[in-house]
Amino acid sequence: MTSLYDEVQAAPAAGVEVRRITVNVNGTDRTVDVEPRLLLAHLLRQALQLTGTHSGCDTSGCGACTVLMDGRPVKSCTVLAVQANGREVETVEGLATASELHPIQEGFKEEHGLQCGFCTPGMMLSAKALLERNPDPTEDEVRWALSGNLCRCTGYQNIVKSVLWAAKKMREQNQEA
Amino acid sequence: MYPSRFSYDAPASVEEVIAILDQNGGEAKVLAGGQSLIPMLKLRFASPARVVDINGIPGLEYHRLDPDGTLRIGALCRHEDLEFSEILGNFPTLSQASSLVADPMVRTRGTFVGSLCHADPQGDWSATMIALGGKIIAQGPNGRREIEARDFVLGPFVNALAFNEVAVEATVPPAKGKALGGYLKLERRVGDFATASAAVALDVDGDIVTRAGCALAGVGGRTIDANDAISILVGKSLNAESIKEAAEAVAAAAEPRTDHRGSSSYKRHIVETFVTRILSNIVNSEQKAA
Repeated sequence: MTSLYDEVQAAPAAGVEVRRITVNVNGTDRTVDVEPRLLLAHLLRQALQLTGTHSGCDTSGCGACTVLMDGRPVKSCTVLAVQANGREVETVEGLATASELHPIQEGFKEEHGLQCGFCTPGMMLSAKALLERNPDPTEDEVRWALSGNLCRCTGYQNIVKSVLWAAKKMREQNQEA
Repeated sequence: MYPSRFSYDAPASVEEVIAILDQNGGEAKVLAGGQSLIPMLKLRFASPARVVDINGIPGLEYHRLDPDGTLRIGALCRHEDLEFSEILGNFPTLSQASSLVADPMVRTRGTFVGSLCHADPQGDWSATMIALGGKIIAQGPNGRREIEARDFVLGPFVNALAFNEVAVEATVPPAKGKALGGYLKLERRVGDFATASAAVALDVDGDIVTRAGCALAGVGGRTIDANDAISILVGKSLNAESIKEAAEAVAAAAEPRTDHRGSSSYKRHIVETFVTRILSNIVNSEQKAA
């Protein structure tokens, strides 16, 4: 597969430099030929058709496009796809299994953590990165960890509740395990 | 929005980076964390012919202390490495700034040294480095040289590196005596650039200030070096009078402009307030500790 601007999936024009990269996306290795200038957000959305990663502001300001790269949250609109070569990327599509929601997704459902839903994938991935480092965060710590993710519905109160709900559920699951 | 076309190199050594920079005569740009460069590429404010990605170079992620207490920060040390660091106890100015740089995702990826090189007049780290008397180690075809942080920022988004040099490390000297200091920043929302910020770093012997450093972000066309202004504290102890004198001197050194973030006089007032607050906080915490 080749992914280029203006001509996604088409063969590159003469003289256009492409790189073959292999990125592990949600557990599966994906090999794509990309222009060096291709942004990770566009690799995910256009080439791999994983449109759960949302492009919000396009200027590195809103956090809607947040994904995890090697477990840490990054703005996928501010990372080149070539820089993800050989790394693990997790998107919102990687959270749920076929039969079960991830506890963070459940939390957003239980606590009504979304209104329009546009910021939600980025919120959930920032939350996942937080809970991996800090399974029992305070409300302040949740707010701080989500401070790079904007919600234009301003539904922060319930988003924070959702993450705290998920944290509790994940701690309980870990105790049972 | 996406960048214009560029050629891409991901060399495995600093020497290769320098060779590529040298061969491309100013048309190549080093990519570290990319949290400033990639937005600039997308906006087409920058359209270099080559991008030289240094993320694949091993051994640059470190930050560590020399036996004499000098802090060394490698070119790929990320903001969050400093935010979660356990060795910044003697560098309160840096540790206080570390969680105020941009937002969590930018801190995951962006680098300390890259931020210095970007030389944004509103950048946090340049202010801390100038206040602390830090240095930037540049490597070029003729080897390494040290550049004082106060000489490194030449103007808005202009640093002192030659086209064929790359900044490989930043160093911060240890305090002589006790290290005290702080960093305060006013931003319109979390993650924004500074409307105004102040970095203060003091070396204190007993209760006498032996060295005083200060720099400001957001209140000039480049990071404002207020080291001379705050040096009136040297030889004195911190008290209401000396704090007032220092805060006024630093505020006078600011060169704020009126813009959408606030008026010139407002920003100058913020600077004076921040310096007063940092110095007063130092007095209060020292009294508590005693």
